[in-house]
Amino acid sequence: MDKFVRLIATACPLSLPNLNTDQILPARYLKWPRSRGLGTVLFDDVRLDAKGQPRDDFAFNHDVYRTAKVLLAGRNFGGGSSREAAVYALYDHGFRCVVAPSFGDIFSQNAVKNGLLTAIAAEADIEKLADLVRRTPSQPVTVDLEKQTVSGGDISLAFTIDPISRNQLLNGWDDVDLTESYRERIAAFKAEDKTIRPWATPTAKQ
Amino acid sequence: MMSNSQTLIDKLWAAHEIVRRDDGASLLWVDRHYVHEGSFHAFSQMKTRGRSVAEPQLTFGVADHYVPTRGRDGGIANPEIAAMVRNLEANTGDNRITLFGLRDPRQGIVHVVGPEQGLTLPGLLIVCGDSHTSTHGAFGAYAFGIGASEVAHVLMTQTLWQRKPKRMRITVDGTLGTGIAAKDIALAIIAHIRADGAQGHAIEFAGSTIRSLSMEGRLTLCNLSIEAGGRCGMVAPDATTFAYLKGRPFAPKASDFDRAVEAWSALTTDAGASFDREVSLNANEITPIVTWGTTPDDALPVDGRVPDPAREGDATRAKYLREALDYMGLAPGTKLTDIVVDRVFIGSCTNSRIEDLRAAAAVLSGRVSKVPGLVSPGSSSVKRQAEQEGLDKIFRDAGLEWADSGCSMCVGINGDLVASGERCASTTNRNFRGRQGPGARTHLMSPAMVAAAAVTGHLADVRPLLAGRKA
Repeated sequence: MDKFVRLIATACPLSLPNLNTDQILPARYLKWPRSRGLGTVLFDDVRLDAKGQPRDDFAFNHDVYRTAKVLLAGRNFGGGSSREAAVYALYDHGFRCVVAPSFGDIFSQNAVKNGLLTAIAAEADIEKLADLVRRTPSQPVTVDLEKQTVSGGDISLAFTIDPISRNQLLNGWDDVDLTESYRERIAAFKAEDKTIRPWATPTAKQ
Repeated sequence: MMSNSQTLIDKLWAAHEIVRRDDGASLLWVDRHYVHEGSFHAFSQMKTRGRSVAEPQLTFGVADHYVPTRGRDGGIANPEIAAMVRNLEANTGDNRITLFGLRDPRQGIVHVVGPEQGLTLPGLLIVCGDSHTSTHGAFGAYAFGIGASEVAHVLMTQTLWQRKPKRMRITVDGTLGTGIAAKDIALAIIAHIRADGAQGHAIEFAGSTIRSLSMEGRLTLCNLSIEAGGRCGMVAPDATTFAYLKGRPFAPKASDFDRAVEAWSALTTDAGASFDREVSLNANEITPIVTWGTTPDDALPVDGRVPDPAREGDATRAKYLREALDYMGLAPGTKLTDIVVDRVFIGSCTNSRIEDLRAAAAVLSGRVSKVPGLVSPGSSSVKRQAEQEGLDKIFRDAGLEWADSGCSMCVGINGDLVASGERCASTTNRNFRGRQGPGARTHLMSPAMVAAAAVTGHLADVRPLLAGRKA
């Protein structure tokens, strides 16, 4: 996995609360292989109106935000379904960081496994930054994972992130490789556990 | 003074922790891993690395998300959907994983099949690439949903890195009234703590009301933990749990079962153990609940009215209310019982077990549904049992379609969709925009309440319809 230390890019304001993974990527696209690229159908059901036309009141649709890599989102972003393809869609579109007051637990974990930073910040702070990029869409913002800040213009906000996720992103750690280094511990646990919890192994097929 | 008292959550965590890193990440042993058609991304990741499944005998496949519920014997017409089911067959076959496939008599929804087959047991750590994996916590298991990268990690190593969550106890005491179900308790909880109220927490459900719930009721309750933001919800195992498990195909047998019960009986929260957050509800105050909006915490007693954004002081909340009402096609202040429905759906991992079907049938018996509807039993076994009990006849006589088992109209990816603009009274778990199909409008409620909506044609309190009947 690529390391994430610092990012300088434009940001897209999207202040809707409870934007769950069904809204980020509707279920009908879950059949798509990753190779097809999911960025083109990101937010389809919230982005388009009943006639399939882009909604003007959805900032994401505006060309000025087309190359944004930072998404300024609302409370409880990515709740609901565990579909990791919601993260693929954000990533394939080009986003590398989502800033929100809170995230769905499964979504946050899926994000870090794919190098997408989920930064938790106060709603009022995010709104200030969102106002700035609404006025000046070309305004670059800087996401600094070491300092845990997002800044743009004269605004700088602090964010929090689980230290485990922070470590993983800063170092570009791969979970499977990391787990390999504990191979002996796992084998020892398994052997001992079989004697402590013999009932945990499923009985033979009926 | 430090106490040695532990919560159930602490005990389950400790039993599976292989190692804990300095940054707080624990490597956990996984006892059961359930995979389904949607797990294809993870199998691809594994193949790309040239790896194989570490513990095939602890991994079980279930075809549920994409399977047809009608005309199954004729094969799957849609080639993309057929490929999803075939892909699961290939991935499980290549890796020597037991599969409850499309034509297996044990096929069903993964969160119904696991318990039914005795694969889900107290004290186990269970994962699946599906957020409703919290369901299995009903047995006193530590069960949670994971994404594709984590599924791949479990396939390759049978372990998972996690931070221990905070602990929340939700206590419900008192007696439930007639016609009030586990679904109503769950919706009352979600409305109370909100859709993100349990974020970062594992939940233990406790109290006299929970203790007196059947396994089916506990499964519904734990299933909906994720709709309150909790990745994991559980109930301590007890005599009800053990009675359910005895004789199940994959559960321990004879003296092994007795020894297991002895071990499982210790899986309770010790007196004096502390939680990071405590929430209490009084069961006597819980009435039939329906959702009106586009998140599960938009839940109100059925005798209420939908909110009026003009009377909402908070501007962000008022904006949300306007958009939700607009999507749902509802005028502010409408009486919930004035909301006319176009169809009903009974099914999903939340409410498709035999008791759910009985509860709906008790209302529908001798009555006719005013709207079309679909009943999809939680598993092929549930379907057979319901047919033995004659429930299928009650549903058919009421004018509803009796179908095969799968995730069906809860998520619509098998093609069972609610049309755009249509309003569906549904026993499912998510009333999100577009969840049952683009433009679909979903109202969540218990199976008995869905039956009440069917026979009246609008959202309705089921209780008068149960007068003089055995609920």
